[in-house]
Amino acid sequence: MEYELLKIIWWVLIGVLLIGFAVTDGFDMGVGALLKVIGKTDSERRVMMNTVGPHWDGNQVWFITAGGAIFAAWPVVYAVAFSGFYWALLLVLFAMFFRPVGFEYRSKVQDPRWRNAWDWGLTVGGAVPALVFGVAFGNLLLGVPFTLDEFMRSTYTGSFWALLNPFALLCGVVSLLMLAMHGGTYLQMRTAGPVHERARRISVLLAVVVAVAFAIGGFWVSQLDGYVIKAASNLGGVTTPLQKSVELQAAGWLDNYGRYPWMLVAPVVAFIGLALTALLSMANRGALAFISSSFAVTGIICTAGFSLFPFLMPSSTDPSHSLTMWDVTSSQLTLHIMFWVAMIFVPIILSYTAWGYYKMWGRLTTDFIEDNQYSTY
Amino acid sequence: MISESVVDLSRLQFAITAFYHFLFVPLTLGLSFILAIMESAYVMTGKQVYQDMVKFWGKLFGINFALGVTTGLTMEFQFGTNWAYYSHYVGDIFGAPLAIEGLMAFFLESTFIGLFFFGWDRLTKVQHLIVTWLVAIGSNMSALWILIANGWMQNPVGAEFNFDTMRMEMMSFSEVIFNPVAQVKFVHTVSAGYVTGAMFVLAISAYYMLKKRDLPFARRSFAIASSFGLASILSVIVLGDESGYEIGEVQKVKLAAIEAEWETHEPPAAFTLFGIPDQENMETDYAIKIPYALGLIATRSVTEEVKGIKDLIAEHEVRIRNGMVAYDLLTQIKAGDRSEATIAEFRSRVDDLGYGLLLKKYVENPVNATEEQIKLAAQNSIPRVAPMFWTFRIMVGLGFIMLVLIGLSFYYSAKGTAERQKYLLRALIIALPAPWIACEMGWFVAEFGRQPWSIGGILPTHLSVSTRSVEDIYMSLAGFIGFYTLLLVAEMYLMIRFARLGPSSLHTGRYHWEQDSNTDSVSTSSAQA
Repeated sequence: MEYELLKIIWWVLIGVLLIGFAVTDGFDMGVGALLKVIGKTDSERRVMMNTVGPHWDGNQVWFITAGGAIFAAWPVVYAVAFSGFYWALLLVLFAMFFRPVGFEYRSKVQDPRWRNAWDWGLTVGGAVPALVFGVAFGNLLLGVPFTLDEFMRSTYTGSFWALLNPFALLCGVVSLLMLAMHGGTYLQMRTAGPVHERARRISVLLAVVVAVAFAIGGFWVSQLDGYVIKAASNLGGVTTPLQKSVELQAAGWLDNYGRYPWMLVAPVVAFIGLALTALLSMANRGALAFISSSFAVTGIICTAGFSLFPFLMPSSTDPSHSLTMWDVTSSQLTLHIMFWVAMIFVPIILSYTAWGYYKMWGRLTTDFIEDNQYSTY
Repeated sequence: MISESVVDLSRLQFAITAFYHFLFVPLTLGLSFILAIMESAYVMTGKQVYQDMVKFWGKLFGINFALGVTTGLTMEFQFGTNWAYYSHYVGDIFGAPLAIEGLMAFFLESTFIGLFFFGWDRLTKVQHLIVTWLVAIGSNMSALWILIANGWMQNPVGAEFNFDTMRMEMMSFSEVIFNPVAQVKFVHTVSAGYVTGAMFVLAISAYYMLKKRDLPFARRSFAIASSFGLASILSVIVLGDESGYEIGEVQKVKLAAIEAEWETHEPPAAFTLFGIPDQENMETDYAIKIPYALGLIATRSVTEEVKGIKDLIAEHEVRIRNGMVAYDLLTQIKAGDRSEATIAEFRSRVDDLGYGLLLKKYVENPVNATEEQIKLAAQNSIPRVAPMFWTFRIMVGLGFIMLVLIGLSFYYSAKGTAERQKYLLRALIIALPAPWIACEMGWFVAEFGRQPWSIGGILPTHLSVSTRSVEDIYMSLAGFIGFYTLLLVAEMYLMIRFARLGPSSLHTGRYHWEQDSNTDSVSTSSAQA
């Protein structure tokens, strides 16, 4: 297969993994973030946890696999982004530490203080990563202060606190509320009684807020300088990020929508998905609301990815050092091997995951939890 | 120049996070198979006690597994956060097995573990059995891909340096997969995990036997664990990792360091059973040697020699000098000299480029290294001998102790008198930490023995780090230690609590603490669990 084609395929595949992560792990993170908001009693919180109980672990592998796939397909991104966003990534990891243990340990002891501590752990484990992912994406759109030397060693010159600027925080809010909404729609589908009712109302509210915040974000991006490649060597060949020149351009991040109008599908799907999530939640159609919410999440992530294209991580220190999907990839052979591995295993994963959901399907109630208190989370 | 403290702290952080992770992995590897065997017995015989065994040991499995997942998260991302140059330099090869591990193994394990815990009433007996087996297969396949990645760090085959991209690139994926070092490591490591699982079940069952509680439950658990354990400990010892030490330069150095083999002796080499290695003077004091043994273990022959450290250092010095030339040629190529002669000359010396890079620890440009710096780099091209020598012997010693204990357990279990062997049962409880200590020692030998390389002969450890400040790493290190210790305390608390409670924690009404006569003394603890 042509190197150029493989590079495009891998941009799509990493996108698919990130969307897979947001759509699956996203709802259990959302459930975690809403744990204390929706769950008023111990049994209610256990209902919420147990709707994701059999699935959160498998869902989380989307995150881990996305990390591994970025390492394999875009080693330069893996190196520059994770060492640059050092504290942001560690914050995500530290927050996520609370999830496996929170789920597994929480209900094994009856002491309310023990359970309350782990409830907070699960809340943090759901909310903080969701927030940080958005903040990180926001900073990608603003450009990240790093340079590469001729040996390809990267140096990041920003600080963690500089990541928390107003635009990035807005992106963080979109991301957090989007996943909370997604969790809300999942709860509508999988619970009955007061939890279901509260999830329904909160999903409507969140869908509206996300739509407003996403629109503000879009307007803000139109006021930002985007990055544009001015001259580059053969993009389908062997290149490193040091072989091109890049310039800043007012509203440059919107260029792609003029050049490739089909990309407008992403924001349109996002807004329609959000609107339908609100309407269907109001109409008490949980499963359809969840599907709409999944489309909204996909649309929002694609909007960010399409706007940046072909950039992955622009450098604000020296724009010509920016990382793009043309110049950070592995060798042709590695991309080729990994393409076939993904083609074979992703469908297998999707089928047994679907089987798992099918087998565990149904609405959970507080009665069920009280009858099975020793064998559930 | 890269700060030495950043290198040391980054190494310490990686070591500590890997050490923690490896506290949970071996038990997962072993216990998952033991659960699958127990459940097979349940499906075949239909006896309730086997299902209770799967559920109870499964509870303990879950407590352990949660921390395995937690600490494993770090490992997937830490190459990027702290070893950015490494990630760039070898990501083309090293990233692939990590990504494949996710797709092929980790998804399988993690998806089915949910069904294992919550699917009892939703799946048929046979479906649930298949789920349990898939969890075991998934976790073991995980180990396979991680050890393929690790084996490549020890013996980097199937890859070449590309000066355009300034990194190693994959030439043959099958060579990477069928790397003999990786294969040997995989068998040795998973077997060690099986031993850990067996020792865990044996020790806790021994505790119930000594307390004369839930005997039918304990007896059956003991029987399965002792037979599974015996096969595993034999596999660990017979298929020891040593056979892999003949392959690849780094492995040879490791072997010499483990054996404190300063000189190259006439074959077959003797095995140093005990001694005090002295790195300064390059000799081993008070050595007790077994003739022929090392040559037989390492080379499987009486005629091949095992190379000594002094000779290895001399060879490395030659390669370092050659590497300086390679580095100089690389600089010329990077500066734009793409003449065929320069490239051909560089290609002929590229295998020693890594040795040239060793000098970067002492001088900005290796071409300008002084004689002293070259000698120093050669001296430091082998790991410290004493830690290697001792950790290896602790691992092997514990291995043989476990062989005896598991062998006796198997014998008495087969005879049906295990519950009367008070001394054996007590010894098993005391020996419970042994498999963990042995596993960590083995891990130490493999990774400390790789120094000063992160990728054997190709990329020195000190070049591999990210450009971060000392403060960053101090703080993250403190964060990891703090979080992990907190979680470990919670884990140990639950593990001990549930192990003491035993199968009564299932609340089936069939076990010790649920019988009226026994409830008084611990009514509080059983009510809470």
